[in-house]
Amino acid sequence: MADYKNEFGWFAPKPTVEKKIYSLKAVAVGLGIFLVVFGAPLLLNMGQVHPVPQPSLDTPAIQKLAEKERQCVEPTEWMRANHMQLLWDWREQVVRTGERYYTTSQGKKVLASLSNNCMECHSNKSQFCDQCHNYVAVAPNCWGCHLPKEQNVAKAEGK
Amino acid sequence: MGINRRDFLKLAGLLGLGGKAAFELVLPGEVEAAVARTEATGTRWAVVVDMRKLTDKVAARCIEACHSLHNVPNYLEPPDPKLALSEDLKNRWQIKWIWTDVYEHAFVGFEQDHKWDKLQGMNFLLLCNHCDNPPCVRVCPTQATYRRPDGIVMMDMHRCIGCRFCMAGCPYAARSFNWRDPRPYIAKINPNYPTREIGVVEKCLLCEERLAQGQQPACVEASGGALIFGNLNEENSPVRAALRAHYTIRRKPYLGTNPQVYYIV
Repeated sequence: MADYKNEFGWFAPKPTVEKKIYSLKAVAVGLGIFLVVFGAPLLLNMGQVHPVPQPSLDTPAIQKLAEKERQCVEPTEWMRANHMQLLWDWREQVVRTGERYYTTSQGKKVLASLSNNCMECHSNKSQFCDQCHNYVAVAPNCWGCHLPKEQNVAKAEGK
Repeated sequence: MGINRRDFLKLAGLLGLGGKAAFELVLPGEVEAAVARTEATGTRWAVVVDMRKLTDKVAARCIEACHSLHNVPNYLEPPDPKLALSEDLKNRWQIKWIWTDVYEHAFVGFEQDHKWDKLQGMNFLLLCNHCDNPPCVRVCPTQATYRRPDGIVMMDMHRCIGCRFCMAGCPYAARSFNWRDPRPYIAKINPNYPTREIGVVEKCLLCEERLAQGQQPACVEASGGALIFGNLNEENSPVRAALRAHYTIRRKPYLGTNPQVYYIV
């Protein structure tokens, strides 16, 4: 009894509206454009096989180390997952507290510095850092200021 | 009805005393601590510039030592002549960590119509004063610049959003903004020190990276004795000795920033 009166009168049935797509042509064209534009990345990359990144550890500094000592400041697996957080923590620690050394989980004291410690061993940014970063399409903004030191190494190796 | 002035004042006085007592009860010693000057302990770095030894040549050497070490771009004479700028842009874009200027500009408020002959053409070496009460720190909305316990007014470039409030706040023009990517304007990049990016403010940090290694600031080392560096809280430090032995002036001390770069003229 709720609808005993509506805008069409006492107990009047509501007029039904035919359910259909109006101007089907325009809608189809619009939908087509939408699908092409948003599907382009998928379509273009369909079937392509991207090799899993292989960050290279082949740098003069690492080669010089004995097999046993070839160990980053923390275990490799941990570094792979957490290096970004570690670098953030180093940044806060060094700049804001002035403490320049980081104690590793093995109790070793290392210089907390991207350019002056990490890049001393990993002097091959394009073969190490960029490999995974490009693969997962992340662009860390470290390199706007900090220097990768890669060119110097390339020059030194050339000689 | 009401309360006459005499009773009101008596009551207010009583309340005031009660307030102090209440403070003592809740936060013992806090009121005195807030009013009293903090005890001078630990390290407080300061610089004394001895203008009798500082020739233009020495000043140029200090500037070169600092700017080459810290990757400070040179907009006045770009390394590549193709990058040369108009006079207007040179002035606007110039990055200064340590620079020289004449007495009238450096010591505003000390000018007089008839001055000492020797001041004519004397170029004072200017740098961040590492104030005790730095206005740049007070205005920074992100705490990108802050005062370290050893007195250095430090910059955290990672936090700087480039709002330039600090440049407006600094009465010594010790801060410069990167209007563009500075890297093409650095003649020889020192790979051990970061450059800056477009859109951040930079300034002299009193070579905190060298102090951490027990070295003196680069400008002091290059000055050959014209710049004296040391700990103000240490009775026998070279700066204290210099301040005891000479009359020194500071830049715009009347502003209340308590600058910590002293000049022996």
